[in-house]
Amino acid sequence: MTLEPKSFQLFPEQASNFAPTVDALYTYMVVVSAFFSLLVAFLIVYFAVKYRKRPGQGIPAPVNDHSIGSMILEITWSVIPLGLSLVMFAWGASIMFHESRPPKDALSIYVTGKRWMWKIQHLEGAREINELHVPVDRDVKLTMTSEDVIHDFFVPAFRTKADVLPGRYTTEWFRPTKVGAYHIFCAEYCGTKHSGMIGTVYVLSAADYDAWLAHGSGEGSLAEQGESLFNQLGCANCHVKDGHGRAPNLYGAFGTKVDLSDGTSVRIDESYIRESVLYPQAKIVAGYDRIMPTFKGLISDEGMLKLIEYIKSLGNENGANAPARNLSMESPDLQKTGTMAVPMSEMKAPAAAKTTSTEKKQ
Amino acid sequence: MASHVVAHKPAEHEPVNTTLRHHFASDEQQKDAATIGMWVFLVTEIMFFGGLFLAYFAYRQAYPAAFASASGKTNLWLGAANTTVLICSSLTMALAVHAASLGKKTLLVIFLVLTLMLGGAFLGVKAYEYHDKWVHHEVPGAHFECEGCDDAGHAPLFFSLYFGMTGLHATHMLIGFVILVILIVKAQKGEFTTKWYTPVEMFGLYWHFVDIVWIFLFPLLYLIDRSHTGLK
Amino acid sequence: MITASPPVKETKNYLNNEKGIKSWLLTGDHKRIAILYLISVTAFFALGGVFASLIRLELATPAGDLLESNQYNKVFTMHGILMVFFFLIPSIPATLGNFLIPMMIGAKDLAFPKINLLSWYIYIVGGIFTLYVLLTGGVDTGWTFYTPFSTSYSNGYVIAAGLGIFINGFSSILTGLNFIVTIHRMRAPGLTWFRLPLFVWAHYATSAIMILGTPVVAVTLFLVVLERGFHIGFFDPAYGGDPVLFQHLFWFYSHPAVYIMILPSMGVISEVISTFSSKKPFGYTFIAFSSVAIAVFGFLVWGHHLFVAGQSIYAGLVFSVLSYIVAIPSAIKVFNWAATMYKGQVRLETPMLYALGFIGLFTVGGLTGIFLSSLGMDVHLTDTYFVVAHFHYVMVGGALLGYLAGIHFWWPKIFGRMYSSVWSKVSAALVFVGFNLTFFPQFLLGYMGMPRRYHVYPPEFQVFNVLSSAGASVLALGLILPAIYLTWSLKHGEIASANPWGATGLEWQTASPPITENFEVTPVVTTEAYDYSTQQEVVHVG
Repeated sequence: MTLEPKSFQLFPEQASNFAPTVDALYTYMVVVSAFFSLLVAFLIVYFAVKYRKRPGQGIPAPVNDHSIGSMILEITWSVIPLGLSLVMFAWGASIMFHESRPPKDALSIYVTGKRWMWKIQHLEGAREINELHVPVDRDVKLTMTSEDVIHDFFVPAFRTKADVLPGRYTTEWFRPTKVGAYHIFCAEYCGTKHSGMIGTVYVLSAADYDAWLAHGSGEGSLAEQGESLFNQLGCANCHVKDGHGRAPNLYGAFGTKVDLSDGTSVRIDESYIRESVLYPQAKIVAGYDRIMPTFKGLISDEGMLKLIEYIKSLGNENGANAPARNLSMESPDLQKTGTMAVPMSEMKAPAAAKTTSTEKKQ
Repeated sequence: MASHVVAHKPAEHEPVNTTLRHHFASDEQQKDAATIGMWVFLVTEIMFFGGLFLAYFAYRQAYPAAFASASGKTNLWLGAANTTVLICSSLTMALAVHAASLGKKTLLVIFLVLTLMLGGAFLGVKAYEYHDKWVHHEVPGAHFECEGCDDAGHAPLFFSLYFGMTGLHATHMLIGFVILVILIVKAQKGEFTTKWYTPVEMFGLYWHFVDIVWIFLFPLLYLIDRSHTGLK
Repeated sequence: MITASPPVKETKNYLNNEKGIKSWLLTGDHKRIAILYLISVTAFFALGGVFASLIRLELATPAGDLLESNQYNKVFTMHGILMVFFFLIPSIPATLGNFLIPMMIGAKDLAFPKINLLSWYIYIVGGIFTLYVLLTGGVDTGWTFYTPFSTSYSNGYVIAAGLGIFINGFSSILTGLNFIVTIHRMRAPGLTWFRLPLFVWAHYATSAIMILGTPVVAVTLFLVVLERGFHIGFFDPAYGGDPVLFQHLFWFYSHPAVYIMILPSMGVISEVISTFSSKKPFGYTFIAFSSVAIAVFGFLVWGHHLFVAGQSIYAGLVFSVLSYIVAIPSAIKVFNWAATMYKGQVRLETPMLYALGFIGLFTVGGLTGIFLSSLGMDVHLTDTYFVVAHFHYVMVGGALLGYLAGIHFWWPKIFGRMYSSVWSKVSAALVFVGFNLTFFPQFLLGYMGMPRRYHVYPPEFQVFNVLSSAGASVLALGLILPAIYLTWSLKHGEIASANPWGATGLEWQTASPPITENFEVTPVVTTEAYDYSTQQEVVHVG
């Protein structure tokens, strides 16, 4: 399938769950704006004609009446626009709330932006450059980072975008609703080939998607590749399986909250794992010494994603293993498919919640 | 807007007012204008330093361990000495303004010179501290090292802010230094009288402001977490 | 009714009382300094306009056939830097504000004439840095200098460009400082705050923003220069820094900066609408306070530039609602201006045409701004051509038209000459039509998804791009014509009387052009502002 843009269109295709409501809000805004623009234009043209100075018209009489001020009018034309605007505020806020909360069972895909290309990584190991294949009618969550400057992953047909930052993970989610091919644009200026950093999203039917996945990379899933990195880099020496090592146990740890040595606590998520690998002294789990060395320079951004997926596969807060594969044919209910994780004997009980890691800066 | 006009012609036998600029209607208006102008300028300075303070607070909140241990690398005694020196220089400056208001030329010059010397002492200590940091590779850049620092990966942020904030402060002190020299020369020539000593007073405001900025910088850069890391 | 201005021998005025280049370059006269600024801002505007032409020429086709990508990126960066920092921000305050504020308040000069001259020199030095950048290869970061691209990846002259803008900032700060002190302390006897022209209120609010906001961008650019020059990490994650912190610091100034650009224009519009309706501005107090409200609330909305940048959604909610609140005072002004014409005596001279054009275009620009204030809508529209269209509607359709209105309104006062009524009206029409043709299609392009700062684009975007480029040629013509007929008027224009438009205001009660001291004797004010009933019955009809 190819991109088939019409030569004259005012709206991109509506290809995601967000598109209809965004378009509806836009229509509301256009109608309100057109009304007020035309009203103002009409008034000034009408007054310019009706009250034009006529020859022989003398000096204006001193005025002190409603034609130089009116409290009622001031209030009216403040309150009504404010009311109409607050509708825009509330509607837009609700759309963005929805956009900022990816469903728990969303299909997870990693995106790495780099001057000037998009590297996409599916958990099962399939990799793409400048193309993103996704199944229709399934929630998809993109976890994104940049290897250099700030980029932005923009799909007009989905009406979503999010900046892609170096040193940090950002997320974007959508549910494609229409099979087809749609533009990906980089929407944060990033240098010479910013306008060349484009690609295509291919939304496939469920069956086509599974077929496509099956052609994936022969290197194994991300989690499997992460396991070999975990061993290669020596993480396994301290982060031992039975929990009696020099370092916290990672089994079942992903998604839980832990106490830190300074009394605060943090949720173990992608950002915390990344921070611990690169800046191990920043947040030390309570009860452990500051002996973890830094792996900055020893692991690439891609390697980091594999490690993260491996740690996720060791079990999450629900006691179930995270799926190594995004199986589109299976029920998204993970509780039924996972096995129980090792009891979390090494982890302390979660303390009061602090800021979540998505707000933490790297 | 209708108006009727009033002639403002100075009487012939009034002495010529040499310090009143032609566009002002009175000495009082001129003095007020200078004072408001200096205060507005100081507000802009608050905003100027404010950006750096914001960066400081943002990063300290994000990396408390790095900031606490990196701050331990600053020399508490030199910082305290500089604080004392600067506060004393504000005192001598205030006394200079007072002397000017009383028309006491010699006293004015003495206090201005004292202020200059104290300011110079501050800058000298600062130069020593910078040199010390340079020698210990605590300047951010390719050769940065923070020996024994927690979370050393984020320690350069503290030092970037240290040099940025104290550097900007020192630049302001240098500018003050130059203006002080000019004021001393003018004072010695007898240009300031009880009737007009506005430059001395305005500079006093500026100098006090520079002092206050340091009063904020000192605890934020030198005193974090001293009870934990111990006095060094 | 036309007054026949008797042919007047050239009287002694601020233009001819001293001759020679030194008398201009070392002047303390606010009026001469205003002319120095007029010449320089026009020069920078023309340069920025050349870059705009290159952009529109390139974008007429989807492929990158006129410029290489790096060149294109430098062109749009320089267009932005020149237009924002060297034209829009100084334009009205440094030319019309400098010239008129002392006159409007009955003073002989600003509070600090030497600092006023210093402001101009600082502006020129900043401009020289920027020209140096231009001549040696350019900078390609966009006028927004986002990190870490600007600090660690750009191959352009970021440090020189940053320094140029940093230096220029002090020009702004000193101008604002001068205006605040002057307005506070040098008003003529009887001139209370609520008798001040709305132009003065607008500049007071603008000056508050200048002095509070500019230092923050100054220190931010200073940090960018440090980081790029010495690898002192503030914003680069490689050194533990945070690129989003740069955005917060940058927009903390750059959003209020857009109110620096628009408030003076709004002040001009208040004067022009009132004069050419022969009526006091409707809701004078509301217009005055709305300027102050815009200045205050303008400092609280910067985060609406960071909705998709990684900012927390809770912060986004706060910034979004505040962005709606800040729009209301502008709406109040628009309605008040329209109501001013109600039961007035409307004359459609050139300044009035520009003012009416302003009202229409600023309304569209402001309304499209509130599209972007909505979180969910902004997610789709940010960093697309919708934003480009929005800010050009308010900056060109708004600020520039206000500037042109003001230049045409006060030209007789400043130079003592009238200009061609026919040519000026033709130009105004060309500007209005050309502007809409250039920028309205860009709203549509933006919703369709064309990102901004794109050198090449998919072919389906071409139709609207061609329309836009065609409009740009009309707009360019409309903007070049004033340079011709206004310059021509300096020697050949009809000699102007003191008050050719029948306006109120102290500046119209003295000669055109004024004497150096502005007034023979200091005026004393005894009536309210905008009292048209005491006008002489003489009005220039073009």
